[in-house]
Amino acid sequence: MSQFLKTFLRRPAGAVGLTLLVLVAAMAIFAPLIYPASPWEMSGIPFSRPGENGMLMGADTLGRDIAAGVVHGARVSIVIGIASTLTALLIGVTLGCIAGYAGGMVDGAIVRFTEIFQTIPNFVLAILLVAILTPSIGTIILAIGLVSWPPLARLTRAQVRSVSTREFVQAARCQGQSTLSVVVRHVLPNAVSPIIVLGAMTVAAAILIEAALSFMGLGDPNFMSWGYMIGAGRTVIRQAWWMSVFPGLAILTTVIAINLVGEALNDALNPRISRA
Amino acid sequence: MTVVKSILGKVTGIAFAILVIASINFALVHSAPGDPALVIAGQSGATDAQFIEQIRRDYGLDQPWYVQYASYLKKVVTLDLGYSIRQRADVSALILERLGPTLLLTISAFLLSLIGGVFFGALAGLRQGSWKDLAISLVALILYATPVFWLGLMLVLVFSINLEWFPAFGYANIRAASFSTWHYALDVAHHLVLPALTLAAIYMAVYTRLMRASLIEVAHEDHVKTARAKGLTEGRILRGHMLRNAAGPVITFAGLQAGALIGGAVVVETVFSWPGLGRLTFDSVTARDYPVLLGLFLVMSILVIAINLLTDLIHRLVDPRIGAR
Repeated sequence: MSQFLKTFLRRPAGAVGLTLLVLVAAMAIFAPLIYPASPWEMSGIPFSRPGENGMLMGADTLGRDIAAGVVHGARVSIVIGIASTLTALLIGVTLGCIAGYAGGMVDGAIVRFTEIFQTIPNFVLAILLVAILTPSIGTIILAIGLVSWPPLARLTRAQVRSVSTREFVQAARCQGQSTLSVVVRHVLPNAVSPIIVLGAMTVAAAILIEAALSFMGLGDPNFMSWGYMIGAGRTVIRQAWWMSVFPGLAILTTVIAINLVGEALNDALNPRISRA
Repeated sequence: MTVVKSILGKVTGIAFAILVIASINFALVHSAPGDPALVIAGQSGATDAQFIEQIRRDYGLDQPWYVQYASYLKKVVTLDLGYSIRQRADVSALILERLGPTLLLTISAFLLSLIGGVFFGALAGLRQGSWKDLAISLVALILYATPVFWLGLMLVLVFSINLEWFPAFGYANIRAASFSTWHYALDVAHHLVLPALTLAAIYMAVYTRLMRASLIEVAHEDHVKTARAKGLTEGRILRGHMLRNAAGPVITFAGLQAGALIGGAVVVETVFSWPGLGRLTFDSVTARDYPVLLGLFLVMSILVIAINLLTDLIHRLVDPRIGAR
């Protein structure tokens, strides 16, 4: 474990990414302490410039504090990013395991299905899903999960296929263990590390999809989110750049942090690949 | 014979994909909370009971689901995508009218990102570890994490509001009707610069990273060493022995990204008021115009399949080994 941590932190990517990520996570967790008032509440003069009227990042068209919105927005982004990735993992890993372990016709059918899903413009499908099922945290998570699983399924399938030919898997099978037990106890644990890395990258992609959805007006109307703030500020960008610039920087920072952590994880978990 | 077989295989593959996409559409309308007739009518707008009854009859919603499914598929095959009650127009006509600008935007962005990505990736990969490599890799890392719509807004902020080089939105000047053909084309191109650059930038970042890795890998291959041993100049080695091989995987991956590109076009068109399918998507989302949204999803999926075929063609041109097989 300490070897893992050392490799992880040796590269600047890991250290920088982790620091940024901890910062964003702290923002999300302590949002109600940093800005106790609701981010929807008017707290100053509309169109205040950054630094004016005690508002660090200025105010929006209705006098809401942009900084409060940025801090509270971290919650929605992180929750949706993680929950939708878990949904995608559930679908992708399950299908990938079945395809990779079963092989034959079942494998062919699942591969075909996955390919078609990968062809579909996933953001457009997410829009359609959220619009028809009506926007809420739950439907957004479901929609992003439903469009993000194909790469996870493909990777899991490839991993499971290569691991399941190994001797210890055959040995487990010879002992008469059930298929489910062989896959869950012996195949998956040895196939999991690249899946974890891709999972991290999926969280980053999910945060970008969530931002784009709420930018299009398909966010949960009960929660302040970064995409919504940019969408609301874009019509007045000529007069008030700060309304769109700061929430965008927040998205950018979060996504870079996750991608950096993902890359460092990749180097730490798959040392053979990174050394080559 | 193999050519016929491969074309036949492609066609059945495409037909099957369209069938799946149409089925998703059908399933969505029927899994929506509440009455599918209300979904078809659009959420607010028409709540007139008599009108809803008429929709129910027109769409055969009183029939069992398999009858409805069959009739829906029949409509898709004949390109009848339904009627938008909000816009009082056929969905297929609405979509057809917007197809041109979207094709112009996505194809320019696609080619720009591919060319740019191969160029910058090669530049970075050739001098691994140099400041050029570091700068290119850093920019690619940042662009890769940037929300597309936000990048568009930032470009507007810099290049149209501050520098006033390019228009911030629209497809052509309002007085464009009086322009000559040549002048009109220039005007559209002028409007195209920022949206195309926005959409291309994100994918350029992806392709740059891929091309860099691919070129570094190719550089260690035996045939490159042989070329060097023969005494060829570095320029000829690069052009004749490395670039094409390294670009192959990038082009294949670009084809796979076509779906994401169309999705990106939706937000870019929204930011720049570009009168294409994406802007129509935004307007239909705002108006909850479901027939148009469903039609758009189907048409955009078909567009992605078409782009996939196009990349296949480009790949064959760049790497002759594929055609020979």
